[in-house]
Amino acid sequence: MADIKLTNLNKSYGTVHILKDVNLDIKSGEFIVFVGPSGCGKSTLLRSISGLDQVSSGTLEIDNAVVNEVPPSKRGIAMVFQSYALYPHMSVFENIGFALENQGLSRAEIKTKVEAVGEMLQLTSYLTRLPKALSGGQRQRVAIGRAIVRGAKVFLFDEPLSNLDAALRVQMRMEIAKLKRDLPKTTMVYVTHDQVEAMTMADRIVVLQAGRVMQVGTPMELYENPNSVFVAGFIGSPKMNFITGAPAEKLNAKTIGVRPEHFEFSDSKTDIAGTLDYTEILGSDSFLYVTTPTGMLTVRQPGRTEFKTGQKLNLKPIAQHVHRFGEDDMRLAK
Amino acid sequence: MLKRLQLEPSRILLNLAVIFIIALWTFPTAGLLISSLRDKNDIAASGWWTALSSADRKQVGRMKGSADQVEKDGKFVISGNLFEGADANSGKVSAFGTKVQTPGANAVGSTVALDAGQSLTVNVDGSYVLTSPTKFADERGSRVFFVSSQPPRFTLDNYQNVLFSEGIGRSFINSLTVTIPATIIPILIAAFAAYALAWMKLPFRGFLIAIIVGLLVVPLQMSLIPLLKLYNAAGTFLGVPSKTYLGIWLAHTGFGLPFAIYLLRSYIAGLPKDLIESAQIDGANDFKIFRRIVLPLCFPALASFAIFQFLWVWNDLLVAIVFLGSGPDQLVLTGKLNALLGSRGGNWEILTASAFVTIIVPLTVFFSLQRYFVRGLLAGSVKGG
Repeated sequence: MADIKLTNLNKSYGTVHILKDVNLDIKSGEFIVFVGPSGCGKSTLLRSISGLDQVSSGTLEIDNAVVNEVPPSKRGIAMVFQSYALYPHMSVFENIGFALENQGLSRAEIKTKVEAVGEMLQLTSYLTRLPKALSGGQRQRVAIGRAIVRGAKVFLFDEPLSNLDAALRVQMRMEIAKLKRDLPKTTMVYVTHDQVEAMTMADRIVVLQAGRVMQVGTPMELYENPNSVFVAGFIGSPKMNFITGAPAEKLNAKTIGVRPEHFEFSDSKTDIAGTLDYTEILGSDSFLYVTTPTGMLTVRQPGRTEFKTGQKLNLKPIAQHVHRFGEDDMRLAK
Repeated sequence: MLKRLQLEPSRILLNLAVIFIIALWTFPTAGLLISSLRDKNDIAASGWWTALSSADRKQVGRMKGSADQVEKDGKFVISGNLFEGADANSGKVSAFGTKVQTPGANAVGSTVALDAGQSLTVNVDGSYVLTSPTKFADERGSRVFFVSSQPPRFTLDNYQNVLFSEGIGRSFINSLTVTIPATIIPILIAAFAAYALAWMKLPFRGFLIAIIVGLLVVPLQMSLIPLLKLYNAAGTFLGVPSKTYLGIWLAHTGFGLPFAIYLLRSYIAGLPKDLIESAQIDGANDFKIFRRIVLPLCFPALASFAIFQFLWVWNDLLVAIVFLGSGPDQLVLTGKLNALLGSRGGNWEILTASAFVTIIVPLTVFFSLQRYFVRGLLAGSVKGG
């Protein structure tokens, strides 16, 4: 059991207001991803939960107990840092066992636990090595091992994959997803700026902007029903197209949002006319970049495309997939 | 290959500067070492740079008297070796003569006719044959002046002399007694202070750091007398003598601390923040973080400061004069050297050997910790450790 509840959480550094009235309910065993552009406060929020940063006002509860004043080590949390933060002068064994040593466990107990974790993460043959003799992925596993060995109720991940190359990142993403399966009762909070990580791993995503929670929901909720222009633009790749002016006014909105896959080609002059500027062919999909009077639009076509650069196209958004946004950039009711 | 040959002017200048500094440092040191190993007469006769070549030396030998003459084929002969009883009792004779003004008048091996039908032959190994048609009358033999070439000679006698007779050995122990605690005590204090000032949330932390930086520029000479007065007053109050080793340890600790804290703080503050926070989450308290994480990682900075402090204390004269007595049980090496300069100013073999005994310890310390020294100076510019 490790529910996390944030109520009206505020955090300021001097006069800089980083987190503004954050309210969040995280259920025990959930995999929550904080996502947002850099500087949005997602790491600060994570550090506040960990206790490395003190909150300025509001309450933070873990397991129904207010922990505002509780030091990090007493909160039942474990943290995996972006830089791994392995102790460079200690062997893998000592790195994983350091927390147990601080808890005053006997040597035999530490050995049993560390070896169990080493086996779980396939680190058994590396236990005597120093971190500098490990590859990036192995270091990452040691960092995760350090979190697991303590039996923490809450795992906090601070952009753990951003230092890895693309191939390794995919592999580690799967390993973390598997870890979540193996530890179903552990609550995991994961910070990333990579929306692919957020979409693929999260039970629920928390989108932050400028210290405010913009939207909380499952990946599909956010994809299908973004509640603001910001969330709509942040989730999904390639980005959603935003169209202002005449086509939007026709639907009584300031802005309409259409995902690249939600366009049809038509012959009607009443639709959005444009010129194909550039194509990206990825095999499974093709992305067409079309210049129109309302700006550049991205269109996704499955498979190859038959269109040639410079060709005139008429684009028609599929009505049921159009997102309408009002003057305040928030979603309008359907 | 071609690229490596193209030397930029700045590189040439840099290399020249390095060569210049190396020469500036190495030549006097080598001279000191070589001089200290030479015979005291050689030092007086020629410079240290000639020590490896054989030196020509004018010598005088006295031949045997009439008591040793032998009659042979109707002639009287005296034979022997010039090196017997001479200053340098070995070597090679290159020339000889019978007058003090012309010791090199005759080539070695030649036979010279002397007064009264006498003739003299001197060989390379110093053996001579003096023949005369009449019987020798002088009981005392006449002198022969000769030039001998001496092979280089090196000796440890000078060291034996200064260490055991001149009191350098005792002063060496005194210097170590001052220097080792005066290096270790400030490191112990400064490492704790540096960690606290770098990573612990303290009230007025910035202010404390500013004060320490300010103390860096307080001249030692200014604080010496007030400090001594304070110390004497405390000594009187507690009933302990004013000039003790404890006193000088405390004085050097005080003078060393601002720099120690400053250097170590900047190094420790440069350790990755994640490491410290990770240890906090792992449940380590500040003392444990300091002992298990920070202390092992800041070893290069500790070593770097240890070298600075050790050299400074070892070479210090002023503080030692003020805080220690001048008796043989308290006089440090620098003070002893100073005293020797006065009393034995002409005895180069003693001064050079004493000086070399004095620099041997700093040299050893520097070369054994040198890699940490360089790393410590780069503290902060390279992340991690």
